[in-house]
Amino acid sequence: MANLEEITTRVTALVVDHLGVDGKEVTAESSFIDDLGADSLDIVELVMAFEEEFGVEIPDDAAEKITKVGDAVAYISEHQEG
Amino acid sequence: MRRVVVTGLGLVTPLGADVETAWKNIIAAKSGAGTITRFDATEFQSNYACEVKPADHEYGFDPSKRVDHKIQRQVDPFIIYGIDAAGQAIEDAGLTDMSDELRLRAGCSIGSGIGGLPGIESESLVLHEKGPKRVSPHFVHGRLINLISGQVSIKYGLMGPNHAVVTACSTGAHSIGDAARMIAMDDADVMLAGGAESTICPIGIAGFGQARALSTGFRDEPWRASRPWDKDRDGFVMGEGAGVVVLEEYEHAKARGAKIYAEVVGYGLSGDAYHVTAPHPEGSGAFRSMQMAMKKSGLDLSDIDYINAHGTSTPLGDELELGAVRRLFGSNIESLSMSSTKSAIGHLLGGAGAVESIFCILALRDQVVPPTLNLDNPSENCAGVDLVPFKAKERKVRAVLNNSFGFGGTNASLVMKSV
Repeated sequence: MANLEEITTRVTALVVDHLGVDGKEVTAESSFIDDLGADSLDIVELVMAFEEEFGVEIPDDAAEKITKVGDAVAYISEHQEG
Repeated sequence: MRRVVVTGLGLVTPLGADVETAWKNIIAAKSGAGTITRFDATEFQSNYACEVKPADHEYGFDPSKRVDHKIQRQVDPFIIYGIDAAGQAIEDAGLTDMSDELRLRAGCSIGSGIGGLPGIESESLVLHEKGPKRVSPHFVHGRLINLISGQVSIKYGLMGPNHAVVTACSTGAHSIGDAARMIAMDDADVMLAGGAESTICPIGIAGFGQARALSTGFRDEPWRASRPWDKDRDGFVMGEGAGVVVLEEYEHAKARGAKIYAEVVGYGLSGDAYHVTAPHPEGSGAFRSMQMAMKKSGLDLSDIDYINAHGTSTPLGDELELGAVRRLFGSNIESLSMSSTKSAIGHLLGGAGAVESIFCILALRDQVVPPTLNLDNPSENCAGVDLVPFKAKERKVRAVLNNSFGFGGTNASLVMKSV
């Protein structure tokens, strides 16, 4: 089971890879849309990537509430298995 | 009628990812063919192609130069090639900073023959193996043919006509011809026009292989496989890449002091109405396409010094095209040169007509015509025609004709001349 720091590192790596942003720009408070240049479909794709990476399922209604990097880390931390 | 000129060029090819490198290698008679590296094609009908080389290659392509990282992840390679070639053409034309007023009068007509086949193939496997919730949300707009025009219009703010031709292997030529007409008809002052393709993927090679269209007999010497008009030709070699030109209304180009490469003076198009893959046995569609382009150009047949042939290296097509040229040009055929640059870079399908039009324009600029490689034993029907075997040739080039023919029996011809 990954701890918060590990989850943050892996989430950040996925965000950097998908959105082409500098890792230093990515903080828990970064908004995917306002700060990291994502559009709504980029978020759909990122959520899919989080699901694959951490083996969690993120239903659509939960995914809609993930607007900041920290939201994703918190959701994964609470729902990861093992 | 408003006149249309070419003021910018952009190329991504297996022999270079910019205009001057690709042209230098074409004139040096290099071949872009090799064993396929994208996937293991050992068991396929053909295991060779003309791939665009990776960034670390001497004349490779660096997608990061003009395409955002995010977009690179989302779209098929044909779109990446198209965006880059369009960017090169805009930069070459000096139009990177267009006024709002001009951007309302600037558009895109960049097509593709097939579109995002590699992505359709890979996402189909994702659907099959992991289910619908794992298919990329960018799947559709990352594969659609009109998404080069879409992406380029967004990147540069081009608000004029936004169009994308899909006519198989004549796409590139039709794109330029249609866009030239849009300018002539006053729908736009500037058009980015061309085509792109990238289908060197398992389903692409298997599909064209099963259609008996690909060369298969040169596994040990792939650079010898594309040999238009040669007796041993056995099909085309798949290429990939993009060609985009900036077309501009002549007075507009002149007023801003633009460098003018050539004028698009003739455009012809026709249908074979015969067979989905085989050319008409008398080359009638090819003949009528060239005839229309020549008539529109107002030039004499004797003015054409160079023809860049469709010449794909297939057993049927090459000689039928040559026969049609012979019938149309009569004794004028003796004084012109005709070659197929597909012998060097393979068949770029929807990109071919645009890439080859650019080679025609460079032939006009440099007064040199590119060679036909591998023409060791020309077919008997080729007697008396200068097919520019093996080596480029310096000669007078006043006007050029480019032919492109596609599956479905679709034909396009373009005539261009120096201004």
